[in-house]
Formats: sequence, C-alpha cells, structure tokens
Amino acid sequence: MLYGFTWDTSNGELAFALSILPILLTGLLTTLKAAFLGFFVACVLGLLFAVLRGMPSKLVAWSTAVLIEFIRDTPLIVQLFFLYYVLPEYGIVFPAFLTGALALGIQYSAYISEVYRAGIQAVDHGQREAAKSLDLPPSRTFTHVILPQAIPRVIPAMGNYLVSITKDVPVLSVVTIVEMLNAAKIIGDQTFNYLVPLSMVGGIYLILTIFASALVRLADVNLPKKGIPLR
Amino acid sequence: MSDPIILFDKVKKAYGNFTVINELDFEVRRGEKVTIIGPSGSGKSTVLRILMTLEGINAGAVYVGGEPLWHERRNSSLVPASEKHLRKMRTQLGMVFQQFNLFPHMTVLRNLTEAPRVVLGLSKAEARHRAEELLELVGLVDQAHKFPGQLSGGQQQRVGIARALAMRPKIMLFDEPTSALDPELVGEVLNVIRKLAAEHDLTMLMVTHEMRFAREISDRVCFFDKGRIREEGPPDQLFGQPREERTRDFLRAVG
Repeated sequence: MLYGFTWDTSNGELAFALSILPILLTGLLTTLKAAFLGFFVACVLGLLFAVLRGMPSKLVAWSTAVLIEFIRDTPLIVQLFFLYYVLPEYGIVFPAFLTGALALGIQYSAYISEVYRAGIQAVDHGQREAAKSLDLPPSRTFTHVILPQAIPRVIPAMGNYLVSITKDVPVLSVVTIVEMLNAAKIIGDQTFNYLVPLSMVGGIYLILTIFASALVRLADVNLPKKGIPLR
Repeated sequence: MSDPIILFDKVKKAYGNFTVINELDFEVRRGEKVTIIGPSGSGKSTVLRILMTLEGINAGAVYVGGEPLWHERRNSSLVPASEKHLRKMRTQLGMVFQQFNLFPHMTVLRNLTEAPRVVLGLSKAEARHRAEELLELVGLVDQAHKFPGQLSGGQQQRVGIARALAMRPKIMLFDEPTSALDPELVGEVLNVIRKLAAEHDLTMLMVTHEMRFAREISDRVCFFDKGRIREEGPPDQLFGQPREERTRDFLRAVG
C-alpha cells in the first residue's frame, strides 16, 4: 500500500498495472511540483546571475562567472547532499521536498543564466544606442528595452530545460522524496515485479516529454506570428 | 557671429592603430544646418557618435553649448566626464539612426512617450499630447497604435525622427537617415527633415550621401577625408567650385 492505494497482484499484469497507476500518478504530481518549483527558482536565480555576470564591475562579473562555473561543474547529487546533510549542521533545515526543488533550481540556474545571457546579447546593439541617445537610465533600458526583446527569444531553450529538469527529478529520491520513480521502486520492492512499474514510469515520462516538446514547438511557431522576433 | 554650440578642439579618436578622427577642429553655430559628406571610413559618422556620447575620444576636447562634453570641471581642472555629467549633456542632443533603431516591442506612440515620461517626468497625458503633435509633423497620426514592424522603412524613419524630437533637443544629429531605405521611400523622410530645417533655432548636423538634398538645405557642407575636414564651405561653392582635387574626385565618384 502506498498513498492509500493498494495493488492487485492476483489478476494478471493488466490488473496490476491499472491498480498501481493511481500511485504512479500521485508520484507524478510530486515530480511535476518539484520540476516547476525548481524551474521557477532557476528562472529567477538564472536572471540574477545573468545580470551580475554582465555588470561593468570586473569583481562582480568574475566572481559570478566563477560561481556559475562551480555550480555547473559539480554533480547535482553532490549539491543535493550538501543542502540536505550539511546545511542542517548549521541550523538551516528545510523540508526534504523544498531542499530537493532548491537543489534542482540552483543547478539549472547556472545553465539558464547562460541562456539569458545569449538572449540579451542577441538584442541588436542599436537598441542600447537608441536608449542611450534618449537618455534612458541603464536600469530602465534593461527592464523595458532589452529584457522584453530577449525573453521571447529564450523561450524555446527554456522549454528544453523544463523538460530536462523534469527528467532530473528522480535524483531527489536519494533524499527520501517519493516522486514517481521512487514510488515505482517501492512497488517493485514489495511485489517483486519491477518490470511493470518501471516500464510505466518510462512510458509516462515519454508521453510527458513529447507533450512538453510539442508545447515548445507551438511557442516557437506562434511567438514570431505575434510580432515577437525569436531570431 | 554667435558662440559655437558645437566645438571640436584637436579631437583624436582611434580604434587600435586605426585613426578615425585625426586632430579634428570643427565648429557649428547655433541654428546652423551642417552636412558632412565624405568617403566611407572618413570618420563622418564618428563625429555624430562622439557627440551623442556613444563613442569616447582619445585626445582633445569637445564642447557642447560651451560646456565640455567628455570632461567636466572639478576644482578648476578638467577630469573625464562622469556618467551623471554625460546624462545631463545628452539631453541637449537627439539622434536619428541609419537603421532607425525603434523599439520593436513598443507601439509607435509608446516609442515616442517612453523617454519623455521616464527621463523628463512628463505625465501620461502630456507625453501623449507631445507625441501626437510630432506624429502630425511627420504625417503618421493614423499609425500611432501600430508596431514598427508593421510600418514601411520610410515610416519607421519618420517615427525615429519624431522620437528624437520628443525630447526637445537643441541639436539634431542625422546619421545617414536615408541610407537603409528603398529609393522610393527616401523622399518622404527628406521632406520631414526639410520641414525641420526651416525651423531656425534647431541646430542640425547630418551625415548623408544625398548630395542634392545636402546642397538644398545646408548652410555649410564639410568634406571629410581621413578623419579631418579636407574642405568646407557654402553648398554652392563646395559642390559648384570645389578647390581641392580630392573633393572633386569624390564628387565625381558619387555622381
């Protein structure tokens, strides 16, 4: 029994599969929650990194670059363990789910900051010059001239990272989070049938990814039609 | 003769080993309409870009309205200008770009009201009123709610002119305003500039390849070559009886 659902092991594979589907879908909900929360953190933190990385101050820009490189070059699971086991030693205790989502968010913020940076650099230089000639302050130029033109361009790449982050959620099972894969493993441990639950997890992921990729492609095709250049 | 509103005093500008502006002395009087012509790479656009504070200088000094542009006075000595000083100086100048550089995600109206509201602190109604007057001037009142991408090149450049004027600059800089336009759209932009030139207190400095137009509206034409003024004078003299061999060659080449 898991999440209040029991499995049916005596009426063949199909009945078993149907009986564990609600459990896996409950696990999927956790997976999606972790993915979206992580993605949200990554989008906000990534933008912050991109801004700091582009600062005129060499000290700020370089130390941000080092930090981004550090996050990118260490495995997600190491960062996860660090947040989960080391921070509590200093009195900082988050619930496991929040820790997991945060770890995903931090790891992906490093990738996403590069996406933002590319998007920002892709905005024609003439836009900055025009803003300067009109005496718009640099902060206003960034928020009202550069960013609104950069963001539509990065949407397709962002979508790909959302898919990718969803596929990384199973890593959180190492810190006791019962997301979809962990749920399938628990079912397997107790019924000695791993084939069905694991195949179902694979299938659900496949459907999810195809669906998400279709959404990204939809944005890719439709944003330029709405007058927003993706170039 | 009144004091020059623009003064270049032995200005030097180089990119690495390539000298773009070479000990340039140049002045423009208040209300004067000056056109700069010359071969590409002669530094003519750089003069405008230095004035708009888009490019710094390596040596010499530039004065706008009698005040140093790239320097400021501190304890009776000149130090490199701070961003604050540059921002203050910039308000006197407006620029029209070859590639228009309109904000593509804003409507025409918003392109015209953004800076007046943010920089000059105009209310929404004031900014809108000012924008509508300018759209009237450039003949685009009915396009106010369109996005730049929905306009022709000529219309976009007229919006570009209106956007610069919305800040009420004393000096207007035109950087090859018609070079990116299809030939049949050049006329409508020149008509707007012609209308502006008839206004006596606006100082205009234009880089262009439209020789006939330059001859028609300019008080003075400067022929640039290798980062300096090779020859200058009233348009009839410079186009009619150029003194320098180099000027004659150039004018013959551009037809």
